[in-house]
Amino acid sequence: MVTTTSEPAPREPLKRVAVGRRTILGLSALGALGIAFGNSVQNLLGSAFGSGLGGLLPGGDRFRIYSITGAFPKVAERDYRLQVSGLVDRPKTFTLADLKSMPATSFKKPFQCVTGWRVPDVEWEGVLLSDILATVGVKPGAVALTFESYDRADSESLTLDQAHLPDVIVAYRMLGAPVTTEHGGPVRLYVAPMFGYKSLKWLSAIRVVNTVVPGFWEQNGYPVNGWLDGTVGPTNPDPSLE
Amino acid sequence: MTITHTKESATRLLRFDRVQRGAHWANATLFGVLMFTAIPLYFGTFFGVVFPRHTTEQIHLWSGLALPLPIIVSLLGPWGRQMRRDLRRINYWTRHEIRWMKTLGKWPLDADKFNPGQKLNAIFIGAAIIVMLATGSMLQWFRFFPVPWRSGATFVHDVFSYAIFAVVIGHVFMALTHPESLRSIFTGRVSEKWPEANARSWLKEEQPEVDASDPH
Repeated sequence: MVTTTSEPAPREPLKRVAVGRRTILGLSALGALGIAFGNSVQNLLGSAFGSGLGGLLPGGDRFRIYSITGAFPKVAERDYRLQVSGLVDRPKTFTLADLKSMPATSFKKPFQCVTGWRVPDVEWEGVLLSDILATVGVKPGAVALTFESYDRADSESLTLDQAHLPDVIVAYRMLGAPVTTEHGGPVRLYVAPMFGYKSLKWLSAIRVVNTVVPGFWEQNGYPVNGWLDGTVGPTNPDPSLE
Repeated sequence: MTITHTKESATRLLRFDRVQRGAHWANATLFGVLMFTAIPLYFGTFFGVVFPRHTTEQIHLWSGLALPLPIIVSLLGPWGRQMRRDLRRINYWTRHEIRWMKTLGKWPLDADKFNPGQKLNAIFIGAAIIVMLATGSMLQWFRFFPVPWRSGATFVHDVFSYAIFAVVIGHVFMALTHPESLRSIFTGRVSEKWPEANARSWLKEEQPEVDASDPH
């Protein structure tokens, strides 16, 4: 073996540490831990500081605003109408004032998107979907509901059983204020035990029908029954998830 | 000896070769596009102002997937010699450099080609690319991951994006306040005086290289 004489002598006799590799591995490990436990950490922080934390963190109310069409339908409160038709005894068009004159239901529940982001302890207020159905009277043979949006693109479905759950509301207030246009105002659906895509925004019409018609997101591959625990059956087996 | 203008520029030191400059600007462009499109995606109320959401999402997605390419392509292949050398430089730190970093620059140091702060910037960007690509992919192809992981990935993607904004703003601020260093990422070269003030240890190392007998 030939030793080359041109090999430069080490100019730096000090021991060198691979700070770069260590830092990159360390930060990547931190990222992995965050993926595994970030949800629990957020929940812990959320319960320790209350809902005030959401306002302190960058990102405001922490909702990611989605729209299928890329636009927000702007509907003035006084022009708002909710048409309820189909297999009902008394089809009715509700104004916002009509909805507000009905018994109000309010609670704090999270908004969980199917892609992973979550806003804990959102204040919701509105009318129970079951109260609206009682007002119009559901005919025998009815099985499901279809929902339409002012955006003319989104649609949703719920079975009649699901629609009667005590945390499924037609909401006109959220986050302590009237529902904003970005959040689907003046009136949106809120289906607490299911992923966010079931909570259709800019609700314009409800039709009572005799079969489940998959909505926009379901036609794009999401489960028709978007239960938060990932089960696919028509009823949620775990009431603690509500 | 009088040094003419051309001769002077010929003796200027090469700080970044063409491959490194190309990699830097490709990487910077991708980061810029990602940060720009991140704002309306994150703060929903801005969205619609720039592009329709779907377009913004697609730009963000594809720029994100391309993010590791400038560094990988510039490192691999025969053109990446200087890139690989500087990568080693950024990776391996002397105890002096570690101490300088721990004292936030108060400890005296004959800086290498990059000072520890600059090295840390590069290291952070490397880590950020890995973490953002991993968590971003989880958000895009969410169906393969359980919901708590998706939430965790969102959390990590958010936290790292705050850090990236802070680091990139700091990097741009340092560049704008150090004009000669800034110029070298366009022209590749710094004056011979530059290392005396900024990279004394590099100067010592580069001197023998002027002599062409060095096989490295």
